[in-house]
Amino acid sequence: MLKLKYHLPLILFVVLAVFLAIGLRLNPKEIPSPLIDKTAPAFSLPILATPDKNLSQLDLKGRVWLLNVWASWCVSCRQEHPLLLELAKLNVVAIVGLNYKDEASAANQWLAQLGNPYNVSIMDKDGRVGIDYGVYGVPETFVVDKRGIIRYKHTGPVEPGDIEQIFLPLLQKLQQEPA
Amino acid sequence: MKKIITLILCLLALPLPAVVEYHPFSDPQKEQAYQTLISELRCLVCQNQTIADSNADLAKDLRQQVYDMLQQGKSRQDVVDFMTQRYGDFVMYRPALTLKTGLLWLGPIGFLLIGIGLVVMLARHKKTTGPVPLDAKQQSRIQDILQQGEDE
Repeated sequence: MLKLKYHLPLILFVVLAVFLAIGLRLNPKEIPSPLIDKTAPAFSLPILATPDKNLSQLDLKGRVWLLNVWASWCVSCRQEHPLLLELAKLNVVAIVGLNYKDEASAANQWLAQLGNPYNVSIMDKDGRVGIDYGVYGVPETFVVDKRGIIRYKHTGPVEPGDIEQIFLPLLQKLQQEPA
Repeated sequence: MKKIITLILCLLALPLPAVVEYHPFSDPQKEQAYQTLISELRCLVCQNQTIADSNADLAKDLRQQVYDMLQQGKSRQDVVDFMTQRYGDFVMYRPALTLKTGLLWLGPIGFLLIGIGLVVMLARHKKTTGPVPLDAKQQSRIQDILQQGEDE
């Protein structure tokens, strides 16, 4: 008992230090999305390339698809862009771009300049669909399965290695699931 | 002189906060609900501000969303549900008491109880131990000291 009494401050200190260390390593910007394992919110938005036509989430049923939220004004989108181009080349998944609160002309110019990894981009000019998807920091990437359910959300730019370590294994798994 | 005063006034005006857009309400009750809601919702871009305080683009959109929903006759709870379904409990500064947020709400009470328990335990421990009796050798030494003083 006597021994414990003298060691207690040290033990308390270590416990506190461990908690603080964990707290320091957590990324406060990463908020778990309540949308995981929920049906992808509905949308019907004009297509960037052909604004007189709309795309809805129903058009993508039966396919595994990515929803990548991007904008020409978004600096970190530029950073992840080459990685998306690489992923597009592999041709394993439909990549849908949600052009968030952007101008069509600026968005088109951006794609012309840097390359277009998207099978299709849709325009969310007032950001309402962004709100439905809980978007708070562009870029964000959602993985939606064949039944239209969100299985994964990536907040912030896709970093080198993420495609191989996170996206490809998940996509492979989802492709094997029945529609 | 006038020019200098104008210049000084212009410079003083710079740090003024950005003007928050005005949402007209015909129903004062709705306006009250709006004001309460926007000061309870967290701005996710600038995490230590409410959407009432923040002039981030997203905060502006969310204020608009709250305003539109209230104008459509939605209740306070509808707005709260709408926000938490999309952004999670984190979006509320005072999240509802659920299984997930239980630790957050009850944790402090738990720590208080642990503290009280520790104090009670230590107090009892002291009472039961009491002073330790001296053995024969110590006893005789005390007698010596009391009789002759300590200098030997």
